[in-house]
Amino acid sequence: MFDSLSGRLTGVFDRLRQRGTLGEADVTEALREVRLAMLDADVALPVVKDFTAKVRERALGAEVLSAISPGQQVAKIVNDVLVEQLGGAGAVPLNLAATAPVPVLMVGLQGSGKTTTSGKIALRLASRERKKVLLASLDTQRPAAQLQLAQLAERAKVASLPIVAGQTPTQIAERAMETGRREGYDVVILDTAGRLSIDAALMDEVRAIRDITRPAETLLVVDAMTGQDAVQTARAFNEAVGVTGIVMTRMDGDSRGGAALSMRQVTGAPIKLTGSGEKLEALEEFHPERIAGRILGLGDIAGLVEKASEHFDEEEAEKLASKMMRGKFDLDDYATQLRQIGKMGSIDNILGMLPGMGKVREQLAGANIDTSILKRQAAIISSMTKAERKTPDIIKASRKKRIAAGSGSTVQEVNKLLKQFDDMSTMMKRMNKLGTKGLMRQGLGALMSKGMGGGAPPGGPGGFGGGNPFGGGRKFR
Amino acid sequence: MSGFFGRLRDGLQRSTQKLGDGLAHVFVRRPLDDSVLDELEELLIGADLGTAVASRVIERFRSTRWGAEVTHAEIRAALAEEVSRVLAPVAVPFSPDPAKRPHVVLVVGVNGSGKTTTIGKMALSFGNVGRKVMMVAGDTFRAAAVEQLQVWGERVGAPVISGPPNTDAAGLAYKGLEDAQKAGADLLLIDTAGRLHNKAALMEELAKIIRVLRKFDPSAPHSVLLVLDATTGQNAVEQVRVFKEMVDVTGLVVTKLDGSARGGVVVALAETYGLPVHAVGVGEKAEDLRAFDAGEFARGLVGETVYERP
Repeated sequence: MFDSLSGRLTGVFDRLRQRGTLGEADVTEALREVRLAMLDADVALPVVKDFTAKVRERALGAEVLSAISPGQQVAKIVNDVLVEQLGGAGAVPLNLAATAPVPVLMVGLQGSGKTTTSGKIALRLASRERKKVLLASLDTQRPAAQLQLAQLAERAKVASLPIVAGQTPTQIAERAMETGRREGYDVVILDTAGRLSIDAALMDEVRAIRDITRPAETLLVVDAMTGQDAVQTARAFNEAVGVTGIVMTRMDGDSRGGAALSMRQVTGAPIKLTGSGEKLEALEEFHPERIAGRILGLGDIAGLVEKASEHFDEEEAEKLASKMMRGKFDLDDYATQLRQIGKMGSIDNILGMLPGMGKVREQLAGANIDTSILKRQAAIISSMTKAERKTPDIIKASRKKRIAAGSGSTVQEVNKLLKQFDDMSTMMKRMNKLGTKGLMRQGLGALMSKGMGGGAPPGGPGGFGGGNPFGGGRKFR
Repeated sequence: MSGFFGRLRDGLQRSTQKLGDGLAHVFVRRPLDDSVLDELEELLIGADLGTAVASRVIERFRSTRWGAEVTHAEIRAALAEEVSRVLAPVAVPFSPDPAKRPHVVLVVGVNGSGKTTTIGKMALSFGNVGRKVMMVAGDTFRAAAVEQLQVWGERVGAPVISGPPNTDAAGLAYKGLEDAQKAGADLLLIDTAGRLHNKAALMEELAKIIRVLRKFDPSAPHSVLLVLDATTGQNAVEQVRVFKEMVDVTGLVVTKLDGSARGGVVVALAETYGLPVHAVGVGEKAEDLRAFDAGEFARGLVGETVYERP
């Protein structure tokens, strides 16, 4: 089974390319694949229908019929329409343009991540925008929910409303706003209990809370793994309280996140933030172009570069890059890189961001590889002498034995490392030859096609050398 | 027992009203032709069965029913039967082994799926039939997760073994098993921190809990329950695959079925893995954890409204 839209469309488009122009039958066939890909990515059915109708309309226009490569043109249209429907390029910030204390109301289903997200937003506003934030939990349903928010507030170093047992959610909301006014808070974040969209009593309650507090932002918190139900949930909350923004949580999972499109379409509200981890700092702005790639299975190069730049030491990276350019990259540099990749998270996550890596990722997932391999490799390198690290060619049988013994590994593992390093050097040479332009045009496939195990990009080369495919990641910027 | 079926029916009916309405529109005495089957397939997709499974169900349906003049009540019953056939083998109730003292249950799942609530509900229902239940607050990571389980412990009147924040969960589980055996407990329910299945290090942590438990009792844990949120879409298939591989999941519990989500991905899971589905959560109250009934679930899925009243 194809794991991505690009995979699905390859077959269809190959046929299209041979003909040169695009007829209605071709568009219909291509759109059937688009439809399946989007449904498999959990985009809700009515939203998919609406979407394919829009793509059809645009694809049947003159711009495609006269195009040289119609297949590519359709793929571009699909991507363009998707980015557009997700809100266009760029991120939409939280709207805090109201008289202080500005109320922010958090709503959503049980377990969608409201409380954690409340803590994350509080930290973000306090640290980045120097706001004085008050966190208040209105969740009297779930045991210890109020305590959970109080503990998160402590971690985020912001204030939380003292817990008074026996108060109703509306009473707490009133007290929160009053405290906010009296003590001069800039923002009051109101975390509500999780509720089902069909629970009339609880929906009435959240409506009452909204009427009391008049929030500047009403944020619907949604799990990125949500399926077809996204439409019902979005509609119910929007009708009940009027959603002004959406927060997608668990974006660090491997779901395709189609719910983002469903939610956005139904509410018309922008997706403002995404949560991607359990740490309080793991809250990011939403970039439609990135999730578009994820829904379509095209990868997230921009996200990868950003992640890399966050975790890579600028100076180190600069030094490495220039060494690579001059072909002076040695095992010491490789060890430095291993450490930096280790900081970025699991290999699986990193690969998920690369286009055309779906298949490789599957193979790796089967092998259950994680970043501990990087640590082992770093250990092997640290058991080498300076001379060996500078010129790995001198490492022959007896040196290998010594290195293996010193690092608690085997000669096979040492061999593997040296092979990877060799592959990587080859890849870098090829990258230099291609230059940035060539890389952008031909994609990573150009790097991996020869001498790396002989795969057939796109759709996933058969062998991923195990080296660092984005040693020159900075070049993408 | 009227409360039992009444609540289940209410929960499921609400959750399927939408789909039911759709079906009513589709089948107002029409011959069962391609266009009707297409619409039917879409209804199944809308219930989260996934494109592949929905298409297989419809194909089987086509081969037996094509061309027949049908009312919508008939077609619903027949479709429910088709879905129920896939689900029947996995409808296995959860029954702890009375010979084990305690029967050790490890409860796992992604964040927010409802693990702690499920444990609380299980503790209550087994406590009510006279079993001695103990719980381990193994989510030592999330803020106030321990306190959440302790509140359940007070409600149920069951001891909760806990440690300070960020305690090693494996060590705590070991201590829990030790204590439970000493106390002669029938059932030990071990809560764990929510974790996304694609985080290898966190999954390894779960495997470690099992390894450590086995140092005390080589047959433990006797059950590993994966708690799955019914609102989850196709990603559930990957979730189950990885959890099963890493910690040998023995059964599923599907939560939040009383909402508008229909949990159709369970059909895909039944086809792919055949893991037992022990129970469904259809409400927030302790007694809202119900045994999974394939027929009931399938009828709910397609919007069938004819329920047998006891």
